Amino acid sequence: MVNLSINGMMVKVPKGTTILDAAKKQNFRIPTLCHHDDLCVAGNCRVCVVEQLGGKSLLAACATPVSEGMQILTNSLKVRAARKHVIELLLSEHNADCTKCYKNGMCELQNLSNEFAVGDHLLLDLIDLKNYTIDRFSPSIQKDDSKCIRCQRCVRTCEQLQGVNALTVAHKGERQKISTFEDLSMAEVICTNCGQCINRCPTGALVERIYLDEVWDAILDPSKHVVVQTAPAVRVGLGEELGLEPGKRVTGQMVAALKRLGFDSVLDTDFTADLTIMEEGTELLTRLKKALVDKDPTVALPMTTSCSPGWIKFIEHTFPEYLPNVSTCKSPQQMFGALAKTYYPQVRKLNTKDVVSVSIMPCTAKKYEANRPEMRSSGYKDVDYVLTTRELARMIKQAGIEFNLLKEDKYDSIMGASTGAGVIFGATGGVMEAALRTAYEIVTGREVPFENLNITAVRGIEGVRIASVLIEDCKEEWSFLNGVELKCAVAHGLVNARKLMNAVKSGELAVHFIEVMACPGGCLGGGGQPIPTNEEIRKKRTAAIYAEDMSMAIRKSHENPEVIGIYKEFLGEPLGHKSHELLHTHYTKRVRY
Amino acid sequence: MSGKFVKRVDLIFEEVECREILGKIMKMDPDDICQEVLDSDLKGRGGAGFPTGMKWRFAFQESDPVKYIVCNADEGEPGTFKDREILDQVPGKVFCGMAIAARAVGAKSGYVYLRGEYKFLIPKLNEQLKNFHQMMDEFNHNFRIQIRLGSGAYICGEESALFESIEGKRGEPRNKPPYPTTSGLFGKPTSINNVETLVHTVMIMKYGASHFKELGTKDSRGSKVFSVSGDTPKSGIFELELGMSVNEFVQEFGDGDTKAVQVGGASGFCVPRKRFEETIIGFEGVPTGGSMKLFNSTRSMYNVLHNYLDFFTEESCGQCTPCRVGCQQLLKGVEAVKRGDKNSKYLDELVKLAKTMKRASKCGLGQSVGNAFGSIVENFKEEIIY
Repeated sequence: MVNLSINGMMVKVPKGTTILDAAKKQNFRIPTLCHHDDLCVAGNCRVCVVEQLGGKSLLAACATPVSEGMQILTNSLKVRAARKHVIELLLSEHNADCTKCYKNGMCELQNLSNEFAVGDHLLLDLIDLKNYTIDRFSPSIQKDDSKCIRCQRCVRTCEQLQGVNALTVAHKGERQKISTFEDLSMAEVICTNCGQCINRCPTGALVERIYLDEVWDAILDPSKHVVVQTAPAVRVGLGEELGLEPGKRVTGQMVAALKRLGFDSVLDTDFTADLTIMEEGTELLTRLKKALVDKDPTVALPMTTSCSPGWIKFIEHTFPEYLPNVSTCKSPQQMFGALAKTYYPQVRKLNTKDVVSVSIMPCTAKKYEANRPEMRSSGYKDVDYVLTTRELARMIKQAGIEFNLLKEDKYDSIMGASTGAGVIFGATGGVMEAALRTAYEIVTGREVPFENLNITAVRGIEGVRIASVLIEDCKEEWSFLNGVELKCAVAHGLVNARKLMNAVKSGELAVHFIEVMACPGGCLGGGGQPIPTNEEIRKKRTAAIYAEDMSMAIRKSHENPEVIGIYKEFLGEPLGHKSHELLHTHYTKRVRY
Repeated sequence: MSGKFVKRVDLIFEEVECREILGKIMKMDPDDICQEVLDSDLKGRGGAGFPTGMKWRFAFQESDPVKYIVCNADEGEPGTFKDREILDQVPGKVFCGMAIAARAVGAKSGYVYLRGEYKFLIPKLNEQLKNFHQMMDEFNHNFRIQIRLGSGAYICGEESALFESIEGKRGEPRNKPPYPTTSGLFGKPTSINNVETLVHTVMIMKYGASHFKELGTKDSRGSKVFSVSGDTPKSGIFELELGMSVNEFVQEFGDGDTKAVQVGGASGFCVPRKRFEETIIGFEGVPTGGSMKLFNSTRSMYNVLHNYLDFFTEESCGQCTPCRVGCQQLLKGVEAVKRGDKNSKYLDELVKLAKTMKRASKCGLGQSVGNAFGSIVENFKEEIIY
């Protein structure tokens, strides 16, 4: 333990603690900009500088470990002068047209300049807006360098959490900027559109591409029938954006709000999550059969999930040789979109061209996914617009809906029924758990041998998790699986996905089934979720997801009545002809930059 | 050869028998080597002046089996060109110094980080290196040196940015602590020393600490190689005893019309004529990595300052706010004052800003921009304004 004083108050902290955390212990908040709980220390912005009595220069509180006997002042004259200078310097090269910025009111730089009452322009304006263009080429991410304060949070996110390195620092001195390979647009580089950079950008330099007006136009067009689907993770995040504590489940209020916004039908992505389990589970069993019974050497195992579009683009760029291993199932969003423009208008007796399909996602990569050329199996764009959780909150605010006073409402039908298995798609390990609940039962006729169906081995926050289930006493047609230990691996965050795939590639890890979610924590930590994010917040959202699962009457995908219904009335059987046409897809090998 | 006003010394370029010195070193206890260098009071010759013996001892005390010796030959400070000459004339002595350091701290691997513009030296250095490695084999000592070439960024002369560069990353300074002796190159304990410092250690091991201490002052022992440039009839490289005043230096090297001397390059201090007498060149006065630039009365100090600020605006790595934006503000600020867009009081604001840069910047670059700025603005205010 190390003893030191913060503003004259003694504090004892473990060795290695930063001054920032030591001060927190004495309830002194030191302002920060480049610091982020999820990322390594940078010490770039210098807004957290503090004075050490007897020291010549100021210390960056976020980057300096405590030492015995240190006497730290967090608000001395020198500190205040330096801090104000730093904020003014940042503002002098920042496009501070705040009222027109999407992050107005949620910008960390704006908050700081407000806190420090930065008034008159003391320093010269360095920014020449003519030199900046906004990169809007990506359907997911908008990058506006004129608002960038070079804190490098995005660069560290892309490198440390995602291992993608699409964003990097280029040039030096006054020309230093956050750039991409050869300064190409975000649409042309290895970017997976995961949006984790957006979640950590303190200003409006990185935001999602916003499609609010397009959605409003559709809703307010009487000739259009607008259906909306909501992803599992949205219901445990949306509340944060509307002033509620992290971890609050707002499913019923969200449905009520969506109806008030004017959507013609409020439906649930969980329905197609359950459908995904049927298709993907069957696909896995089919691959296992080909490998174990038919001894077909061309079968690609392990099979990996395909729900996360960030993961898909990552594997297309980084491990294209493993594309045959990726499940051919479309993601739940895209299955929903395809059905929203085929099955749905057929049942509801609508003209497909009048149906507009909107999805609310915790994700920015879903915007890209919806725009993939493969995603038009209905003959139309299957999902017309994708909004993030944050954008939905914005719509609710724009419509003047008192969200917190709303009575809970229920999803519409058809395609609105869901199960606990569909809900847990929102957490890392959830797809694996849902798949096991169904596959095990299909094969053995019994429920998975875990208390309350909770397969805790695949849950958690470790980057890579391995679990296995022993399959015994199979039904006759699955007898080839008797005694097989089904091995599964789960990874979240692309840096962990890379680790996992490298282990598979080297032969170090032999498994049958792999779930990868591009974002830390899974979709609940997605790039479209409320800001801020950190491990504590993600844990609360995770707890909410599993609580939602426990609260559901049905918790297994194959028992979803609407799923049973759609196979009977429309699809036939899993992996059948119609499924193949509407619910499955293929992938594209991409280059590594 | 002796100057009239300054004492010339010939230690750095003196031909010595490295084999003999190394033979002696190999038999010595590493801690005794550190002690000998510590006793000499040798301070780093790159400019920062950290006691070399202390640096070595810190690295020696680390228990990691892998340690590195790095020779900082990135010589990027405007107006210094002495390391080039040392590497050209006595490369063997530089390697010998690295071997002594390696023996002292327990390193098996060394790097020379060579300024990109000094590429022409590589064939010569490689040839010398071959002999050096042969000699190491004879001593049964497996210390190996590799040469790495910089790419022209001034910031890569900063020790931790230099490590990043060797590691193949973008040359950006790291947070300190940890310091290089704990976690340096590849995260291993590292002693990084300037070219000239290493050669000095050779001479200390040859002649002893007391011999080294005979020269110089209490705070600035020994001699130093100076790179003299600007308005002088005698520009070039001179090894001189430390402790002279700027006045003595100007008497020797000035053209009779010297109005200011920039000591220590762009990151150093500008000494005006009225302070020549009282200012000692050394750690008790104005420290220098070797750059001595003389300006006579035909020079506009506004231009001098503008040139330095322009340099820093481009050469800041850009990662920390005070340095990246501060440099631009100082540059644009003096321009605005010169143009009359801002009144002379604005200079006071800029001086305050320069103070913040000194206190709040991440590394030595940002911290020293205020040196030249403060000393030029303070002493030549009217030249900046009018």
